[in-house]
This record gives sequence, C-alpha cells and structure tokens, in this order.
Amino acid sequence: MNVLKRLVPHPIFSLLLWIVWLLLNNTIAMGHVVLGAVVALILPWATAKFWADRLHVHKPGLALRFLLLVLWDITVANIQVAKLIMNPMRKLRPAFIEYPLDTDHDFAVTVLAATISLTPGTVSIDVNSDRSVLLIHGLDIEDEAATIAEIKNRYEKPIREIFGC
Amino acid sequence: MIEIIISVFIIFGGIFTLIGSIGLARRPDFYTRLHGPTKATTLGVGGLLVASMIYFGTQETISMHELLVTMFLFMTAPVSCHLMAKAALHLRVRSEVDLPKSDK
Repeated sequence: MNVLKRLVPHPIFSLLLWIVWLLLNNTIAMGHVVLGAVVALILPWATAKFWADRLHVHKPGLALRFLLLVLWDITVANIQVAKLIMNPMRKLRPAFIEYPLDTDHDFAVTVLAATISLTPGTVSIDVNSDRSVLLIHGLDIEDEAATIAEIKNRYEKPIREIFGC
Repeated sequence: MIEIIISVFIIFGGIFTLIGSIGLARRPDFYTRLHGPTKATTLGVGGLLVASMIYFGTQETISMHELLVTMFLFMTAPVSCHLMAKAALHLRVRSEVDLPKSDK
C-alpha cells in the first residue's frame, strides 16, 4: 500500500491527466492508452514536491452536484451581468469586499476563488498572507453582508464538505 | 433543422462575446473592466462550443475537444484574472471606489 502510495501520489490527478490525454488525441487506440497512462503516472510523480498535500474528495456526489450548480449559476448570472452592462441608465456600485475565509485548506481556497471569479458580478483578487481574508471585487454590490452570506452558503459550505475541511 | 439550432447557438455566443467586449470598453476603471472578459465571454465561448459540438456530432466522427476547451477555459480564466487584479492592486491602479488597504 505504501509503495503504491509513493508510486501513484495523486490517483485522481493521474486519472484526470489520462482522460485529458485521450480526449486531446481523440482516440482510444491502444498506443495512446498506454502512452497516456505513462504520462499520467510520471507527471504527478515528477511534480510531487510542488504539491502541498494529497487531495481527498470526501463526497464525490456532492462535488458533481456542486459542478452543476456552478455551471447553472454561470449561465444565469452571465445574463444578469449582460443586462447590467447594456443598460446605460444604470449606475453600477462597484466595491471591494473582504471575505472572511473559514478554511485555510490550499485546494479548497483555490476552488472557492476560481468559483467566485467565474460566477459573474464578482472576481477574487487576493488572499492575505495567513489565508483568513479573501479580497473580492464586486461589479454591483447592494449589500456587502448579503453578498458575503450568499457566497458562504452557496459555495464555501459545499466546498468545505467536499474536501472535508 | 439542425442548422437552425447551430445558428442559434452561434448567434447567442456571438452576442455574449460582444456584450463582454462592450463592457470592457465602457467601464470606467480597471477593476470593473476585468469583469467583462472573465465572465460574459465564458457564456459566449460556451455557446460557440455547444454549436461546434452539435455540428461535429452530426458528422461521422465525434469530437470531444470542445469539452477540453471548456475545461481549460474554466481553469485559466480565473487565474489570469486573479494575476491581473493582484498586479493592479499592487501598483495601486486608479479605481472608482476606495482601494482596500494593503496587508503587506
């Protein structure tokens, strides 16, 4: 088990790399299956030093649901932002928000920051040095506290459940 | 019929890309401009990719490259946006609203 762990330090990452390789070549020919597997095994092993910790997905089902939720939110919120941009009478209220983080797990913070950037209306700008505050810029913020609460319930809670932190 | 569906998705994608660009041009400061290209374009590109998938889905070969494009787009857009915003904040680029105080 220990040998296996050392040889395949990031099984999920390896699996993803393998799938991406096959998709890129658009084939399931034996040669590419083998070559992709070799690449998928060597890359995580060679970059193992750069990885802070092993990635654990505690609730894969929730992760899938979260992905669908984010895709839906991107679509809906895109249309809202498009409306905001196209309406010349509308005065936008941009603001910087300091969002208090409840986790300092590297991967969870990264996923949360990316989610905030992808869902329209907000982009994440910076994390402070002790990972307690995420700086967000909002395009049109009505109520800062409400925005923070929404991000907390809609995105951060499921992310923390998924990674168990 | 299939051509109509594809056209609808292409027009849809084009409109959102255009809106994203208009947003980029019309907003007054750097930070609000960032929102256009990172967001409205994701849906714009998404529409074009769906059209591409439908088109190639009706041909003999099935192409999965669109899925990869989506994946890489979703991985790279937040990162580049984050880097630009961070650099702007570091240089104290002019903003409509007060900049947050630096924590360094």
